[in-house]
Amino acid sequence: MSLSKFTRRAAMALAAAAFALPASADVDMSGKTIEWTIPFSETGGSAKWANFFAPLLSEALPGNPTVVVKFMPGAGSTKGANWFQEQTGGDGTVMFGSSGSTQFPYLLGDPRVRYEYKDWNPVMASGTGGVAYLNAEAGAKFDGSANNLKDMTFIYGNQGATRLDIIPALAWKMLGMNVEHVLGIKGRGDGRKMFESGEATIDYQTSSGYLKGSAALVEAGKAVPMMTWGSIDADGNIVRDPTFPDMPTFKEVCEATDGCETSGDQWEAWKAFFIAGFPSQKIAFLPAGTDPEIVETFSNAFAKIAARDDFAEISAKRLGKYPMYTGAAAKDALANAITVNDSARAFVQGWLKEDFGVELK
Amino acid sequence: MDIFLDALPALGSAWGQILQPIVLGYLVMGVCMGLAIGVFPGLGGIAGLSLLLPFMFGMDPILGLALMIGMVAVVPTSDTFASVLMGIPGSSASQATVLDGFPMAKKGQAARALSAAFASSLFGGLVGAAFLTFFILVARPLVLKFQSPELLMVSVFGLSMVGILAGRIAIKGIVAAGLGMLIGTIGEGPFNGELRMASYDFPYLTDGLKLVIVGLGIFAIPEIVALLRQDKAISDRQALGGGWILGIKDWWANKWLSARCSIIGVVVGVIPGLGGSVVDWIAYGHTIQTAKGKDQFGKGDVRGVIGPESSNNAKEGGGLVPTLLFGIPGSGSMAIFIGALALLGNGIDVGPSLLENNLDFVYSIVWLLALANVVGTVLCIAMSGGIARLTNIRFALLAPFIFMVIAFAAFQSGQNLMDLVALFAIGFLGILMRRFDWSRPAFLIGFVLSTPVENYSNNAYQIQSIKFRQGWETGMDYILSWITITLIVITVVSVVVGLRQAKNILAEGDVPSGGKRAPLVFLLAVLGFIAYALYDTATIPDYAWTDRVFPVFVASISLVGAVILLVQMMLKPETHTLFADRETGTEAEGNTYGLWPTLAWFAFLLCLTAVTGFIIALAVFLISFLRIRAGLSWVHTCLYALAGLAFMLAMAWLLGRDFPPGVLQSYFDLPWPFT
Repeated sequence: MSLSKFTRRAAMALAAAAFALPASADVDMSGKTIEWTIPFSETGGSAKWANFFAPLLSEALPGNPTVVVKFMPGAGSTKGANWFQEQTGGDGTVMFGSSGSTQFPYLLGDPRVRYEYKDWNPVMASGTGGVAYLNAEAGAKFDGSANNLKDMTFIYGNQGATRLDIIPALAWKMLGMNVEHVLGIKGRGDGRKMFESGEATIDYQTSSGYLKGSAALVEAGKAVPMMTWGSIDADGNIVRDPTFPDMPTFKEVCEATDGCETSGDQWEAWKAFFIAGFPSQKIAFLPAGTDPEIVETFSNAFAKIAARDDFAEISAKRLGKYPMYTGAAAKDALANAITVNDSARAFVQGWLKEDFGVELK
Repeated sequence: MDIFLDALPALGSAWGQILQPIVLGYLVMGVCMGLAIGVFPGLGGIAGLSLLLPFMFGMDPILGLALMIGMVAVVPTSDTFASVLMGIPGSSASQATVLDGFPMAKKGQAARALSAAFASSLFGGLVGAAFLTFFILVARPLVLKFQSPELLMVSVFGLSMVGILAGRIAIKGIVAAGLGMLIGTIGEGPFNGELRMASYDFPYLTDGLKLVIVGLGIFAIPEIVALLRQDKAISDRQALGGGWILGIKDWWANKWLSARCSIIGVVVGVIPGLGGSVVDWIAYGHTIQTAKGKDQFGKGDVRGVIGPESSNNAKEGGGLVPTLLFGIPGSGSMAIFIGALALLGNGIDVGPSLLENNLDFVYSIVWLLALANVVGTVLCIAMSGGIARLTNIRFALLAPFIFMVIAFAAFQSGQNLMDLVALFAIGFLGILMRRFDWSRPAFLIGFVLSTPVENYSNNAYQIQSIKFRQGWETGMDYILSWITITLIVITVVSVVVGLRQAKNILAEGDVPSGGKRAPLVFLLAVLGFIAYALYDTATIPDYAWTDRVFPVFVASISLVGAVILLVQMMLKPETHTLFADRETGTEAEGNTYGLWPTLAWFAFLLCLTAVTGFIIALAVFLISFLRIRAGLSWVHTCLYALAGLAFMLAMAWLLGRDFPPGVLQSYFDLPWPFT
């Protein structure tokens, strides 16, 4: 264990100890402006997520401070995260929201990553899911397994080899499907438009994107849902996604497909990255060195939001039915999001190099 | 026909909703807020909408919608003020308006240009809404016909407008466009993230340069500096009486042109992914190509204002189609619009199902937009007489404030001190391009279209190679649809016609020639940059070849063009138009001040900001500039500087923005606004 790692762990232990102390929430934030920085543009899912929580947070914090969402897009969120790493000793007026695209480069050892998740204070985490779907022609051949899809060529609009698209790309590869990746799509909305216009023949969306746009295509008979990535239960097993209980998970489809294994390096790597990318995809942070009392206050505020009578209803409509974690649970969610074992990492790095020619130093 | 009949009740219910007094009240409120922000260059609808977002949560949907649309709709109208009066493109929607609008202001016809522009905006907005009411019903299959090859061809068609704006020497225009495209490729490659002309040791450039900075730098800074050097008012003659009625008459005389450009605006606005950033150029090109008597374009022809302004409001309506039907925002403000719709929390989400389930809602949006155009235009016309008088004020009194606003606007794009450095650097390039008569419009078109052309050509290339592997016919079907073929024909015609006419169209006025050395040095510098770009991008390794192809292609063509220019320069005498240089003619004689002392003022603000942060630097800059350069008394100096600072602070506070920090801030923790 290197010295810096040691100090980091010591600091975390200290923070945890502080956490265990009885809370004396005397923090008053009235008159302050909290700037919640989102490292993406105004269109993305993270923007929706932060815009959803910002007014609720303002209501729930003592003194009802103003909560402003700021956007700092760039380098697939690396820019904003590197910026947040520089923010220290916060008084609660600086907040940050990370996403799967912030996590993956961190996990893969991207040379541009200059941030360290373990320094930050998580106050809330929430998850999402994803749905893969086929066009009508391939959908007719789909029988719960990919066996009949193996002799077809699919085209997929991919946002970038090291992005969240790792999850669908690796899943399809494991199923033995022949998917050609058109790299450099600007967002999943563009991917869906490519699918609709027939340029792409397979697509995936996160839950909110699916509910918003793709579900209508399914209704119109232009698309057939193939599988969800599933959801993680308390014991760490992949189970059906509660938002889409009627759709099989990738695990089920894989088990039904010849040659696809739900064990071994490949499966473990997929599962590790899925767990890092989806069930705790979006996390709200306070910067390193924030007073534990303030961290506690924010955690409590988010807990208060989760306890609202109408929370289930308003959040299901805007974010989908996914759990939200605060306090110690948020810390666990973070730990899940930033841990993949070395063999999973090595596998994905090797696969990216082989299939996409991407080298991560 | 059935779908149209089905649509009628929805249209009726939409009108019923819109025509409630309270809805109209919110609309007017939105328009006023939009106007207050839109008249300042660079702070377009994005800043305004972000300002509204916090209030949207839980608002009555139709009221929130009215407020938001009021704000979005008025921006392409109100940004005309900056374009016409100061030669600053207020937003990407009024880039082309600058070309003829600003010369008109210089001739004392500012009010006429403004009212012609507003009348066109109004008409364009209404035509757009009327067209959209029917078109949106059938738009979906049509939009889906636009796959990557078609989108690529639309981008290339936009690029072909370079032909007509190239100026007297076509190759110079092409090299200028190439230069713009190369600058557009700076940063992380879009496909593999390979760096182009940038380094991680210098993170600012990895994100590329933003349109706000390039637009303000290439157009605004050269104009500000040129006007400052002359030390006069913008308009060199007395304003003509009753100008604004004349402008409306001008519009009426050109109503068919205005109608055609409106349709161009809607149709191009509908195409997803282009964001309508080329609409005004295409409209301008069309205006010139169809006009009789072209010699006044670029010197203040009112038709050059009517064309682009008719199209840019219509475009906002067209932009609703991809935004609402596909959830793909056509522009930054549309992106926020989508976000705000979700905040309204009425369960209406943009996307494929919207048209079937919420047609009345769609119609409400379309006609609120049209109505907001009417309100905004009336307000703008009412204001134009007064605001036009700005052109009679001595420019040394305006310049520091204009510079303050554009520096603030530039900083909003990246929240980084480097934004100001980039603005200064691009501004310097703009000054030189203006001096040596290199087409700045061509440069800007190249910059704007660099990203879409690269993206679509890459997508199209990747997909066609997959399709051709599946079979020859599949591949040909993919790349040669009737839309692509039509677009190719239009583009070729446009280039041929454009190049033939370009010699008559002096988009930036006549420029005298004389002296070989300065133009040659500039050409060598351009050549050097292109060669560097070629070297830098050609060395991108093979696994990331998709990031390499486009810049290498553009750089090679530009290099050939630049070398041809170099050879011509060696052969031709120094009186040839090739050696155009503004420092040699009559304009140069009107200059009271040199280039370098004027530029030094801005460099002073920049350096001081790096040390003390923006607000302190601004205070020092305003006081010293007004006192020393403008020669005001101490009392006036302090009053003006205070007013400027107060305005800046109010603006930043309202928008919830910070100012660029300097070295000082890294040592001391200062309270806002000094942070």
